[in-house]
Amino acid sequence: MQQPNKLKPFFENLNFERQDNTMVINFGPQHPSAHGQLRLVLELQGEQVVKAYPDIGYLHRGVEKMGENMIYNEFLPTTDRLDYIASTSNNYAFALAVERLLGIEDKVPRRAKVIRTMLLEINRIISHLFFLATHALDVGAMSIFLYAFREREFAMDLMEDYCGARLTHAAVRIGGVPLDLPAGWIESLSNFLNKLPEQIKLYEDLLTENRIWKMRLEDVGVVEPDDALSWGCTGPMLRGSGIAYDVRKEEPYELYSELDFDIPVSDRKDSYGRYRLYMEEMKESVKILRQLISMYPKTECKLMAHAPEYISAPKEEIMTQNYALMQHFVLVTQGMRPPKGTVYAPTESPKGELGFYIVSEGEPYAYRMKVRAPSFFHTGLLQDLLVGTYIADVVTIIGSTNIVFGEVDR
Amino acid sequence: MAQHQVNYASSGGLPVVLTSADHLINWGRSNSLWPLTYGLACCAIEMMASGASRFDFDRMGVIFRASPRQADVMILAGTLTKKHAEFTRRLYDQMAEPKWVISMGSCANTGGMFNTYSIVQGVDRIVPVDIYLPGCAPRPETLQYAMMMLQQKIRRESANMNKNKKQRFI
Amino acid sequence: MRRYTPKDNVQKKAKYTDRFYVAPSVPREEIEEGSFFESVVNKLKDSGVELLDTYVELGQLVMKIKPEDNVKALTELKENSCFKQCSELSAVDYLAQDGEFEVFYQLLNLDKALRARVITRIKENQAIETVENIYKMANFAEREMFDMFGIYVNNHSYLKRILMPDDWVGHPLLKTYPLQGDEHAAWYEVDKIFGKEYRDVIGPELRDPARIDRYDTQRFARVGHEVPFGADPSTIDETEVKIEDRYSKTFATDYTTGSKELENRR
Repeated sequence: MQQPNKLKPFFENLNFERQDNTMVINFGPQHPSAHGQLRLVLELQGEQVVKAYPDIGYLHRGVEKMGENMIYNEFLPTTDRLDYIASTSNNYAFALAVERLLGIEDKVPRRAKVIRTMLLEINRIISHLFFLATHALDVGAMSIFLYAFREREFAMDLMEDYCGARLTHAAVRIGGVPLDLPAGWIESLSNFLNKLPEQIKLYEDLLTENRIWKMRLEDVGVVEPDDALSWGCTGPMLRGSGIAYDVRKEEPYELYSELDFDIPVSDRKDSYGRYRLYMEEMKESVKILRQLISMYPKTECKLMAHAPEYISAPKEEIMTQNYALMQHFVLVTQGMRPPKGTVYAPTESPKGELGFYIVSEGEPYAYRMKVRAPSFFHTGLLQDLLVGTYIADVVTIIGSTNIVFGEVDR
Repeated sequence: MAQHQVNYASSGGLPVVLTSADHLINWGRSNSLWPLTYGLACCAIEMMASGASRFDFDRMGVIFRASPRQADVMILAGTLTKKHAEFTRRLYDQMAEPKWVISMGSCANTGGMFNTYSIVQGVDRIVPVDIYLPGCAPRPETLQYAMMMLQQKIRRESANMNKNKKQRFI
Repeated sequence: MRRYTPKDNVQKKAKYTDRFYVAPSVPREEIEEGSFFESVVNKLKDSGVELLDTYVELGQLVMKIKPEDNVKALTELKENSCFKQCSELSAVDYLAQDGEFEVFYQLLNLDKALRARVITRIKENQAIETVENIYKMANFAEREMFDMFGIYVNNHSYLKRILMPDDWVGHPLLKTYPLQGDEHAAWYEVDKIFGKEYRDVIGPELRDPARIDRYDTQRFARVGHEVPFGADPSTIDETEVKIEDRYSKTFATDYTTGSKELENRR
């Protein structure tokens, strides 16, 4: 066996020098267009990929294990770091799972629901703009990267005004939201919403009919509907294959049942169709946010659910009422004790179906915390999707699956 | 008509600036720091943002390179896992001297909130670090400030890298 | 006497427990007659799968089966009850209580937008049959289950560690595995990169992220102060030189007076 040394490093059991015509190349784990820490081992026959092994785990941080060793409120900021491009969607997915377990999903005040839905949709826009920027950069359109990041910064400003953080928001609490919207936030949101469709049109003008863009994306990364279902694809990957399933529409949570929006579906099944889908989804998000702006003034100012067993009282009550203070003290030092049971709560994150599977044994610590991350299964799909494609298309396909490694490896 | 051209050779000598070799070399080194795009996790997104339109890193002479052979600075942006650690060291070894390392974010500094089995508790266990950047994730301004701090540090150092005993490991 | 700590479950436990507290349970409802779930259960029973328990928990159908039946049950559910997607597949560690793992398959029916969960209990060291041929997502999910719990999956096409490195020791999500890792995990990267003999040079991991040692000249430096690398800690107070710092001082705040450097300039 070859011995590793400084001059001749070798990877596990890979044999790079082979006798036959195939060549084995190593892609990643640190590659500028691998969207994080994806390592692909590709077996090539000429320019064509014969076999692809996605090797993941380079960002495995033990989030599930941490979930078993933290009280529920303590764990919430950790969920930010899963899909770090749209943090609030993770916070929300976790909060929703715990709320379902506690049975307080209906007790969340309406204003909190409006704010949460707003934040979720802003996060969707941020994430889709990021997808567009990096995907275009990988394919070779540098200017789109700069344009999309410009708009993304404005959306991040909104998030920053609300919660104070640009990237890791922790903007949702179990049972509501911590803060009301700051003064003038609605105006800046509507300004942003007025500007965004023009910018989306700019991107579409630059890309949609662009010959190079079409040549790079059309008929690349074709996912058949059956494969998409079997591989566990969700979100735009599933809808890009012509299956109209959106958790927001089919199993509505928050205010999505009251909102009027469409689910864009593409029958093209390829990367180009998915790109179009992302653009349409951003437009739908703008539509949703406009409806939410008109809903907001009609709600009364109450932000956290009233459930004294599990949720602390508002700060004013803690400061004035003895019992609220005691209960707050117990909840902070010991943590809430949800009932025994198992919950799986799916939500539609920008990448697909994000769900938390929580097994509770009636203790303040979860017995098992499983994160159903959409990107994990999209990475699994790569080993099927990359076979038969050309090496130049590999980057396009990775870009169009829109995987984020915080979520893949957890 | 007045003669605008100054004849240096005849009127007082050549335009000479006196400096030390250290200053000259460090001036060159510090003003075109090319970092390796070493995005590991969340901080990588902020690193990208600082290279993108609003924060525009290029104006500071910072241009991201994808190859360790062309890079001067390694910005370790994000959580370093034990599985990835050997690759980090290998990339660090591949970088040409002189080289510097910025550890960006709490995870890279100390392991941060991920006090778990699979995280390297501080990248300084693997590579020698010059600048530690606090924050989770640090804002792009913080990264730019760190770059300026690194420039200062380089200007203070000797140009002979052997004199700055940076290397922890042989 | 040293306090007894159980070794079979080293995860964090509640410090204060009320002796008389009985945890309530999430209500487990009976399956409604004439509902879709009832037809699912009936079809499954007709195909010869023995159902140990069925109930509805938080709107999702839960079916407990024997581990030998998993392929048969899932094939049946996919073919006849239209559960075309398996959202999630993993295990829960109940070794400390029952000596068993619980393996769950979270299924989704896209037409009716209803979810069902198939659970099964396997003994420690008992393998389970792969469902990769039914749902391809099991390729990755079962590898993860093997990696995290050490549950072997029979007939899997490529059963190999996925998240942890190949030469990792232990299965991290077991309750017996501590959160901060064991002895092997603590030295993994040092052993791999530098070799075992460098353990003394690099030293043990510091697990307290808030720890700052001013006299540590190996891994901690302060902005504006120059201390040579590896200098003798006892001489720091004399040797360190304060270096004027142009950038930061502009906005530096003096916390005793509350004044900012910028204001002083004005």
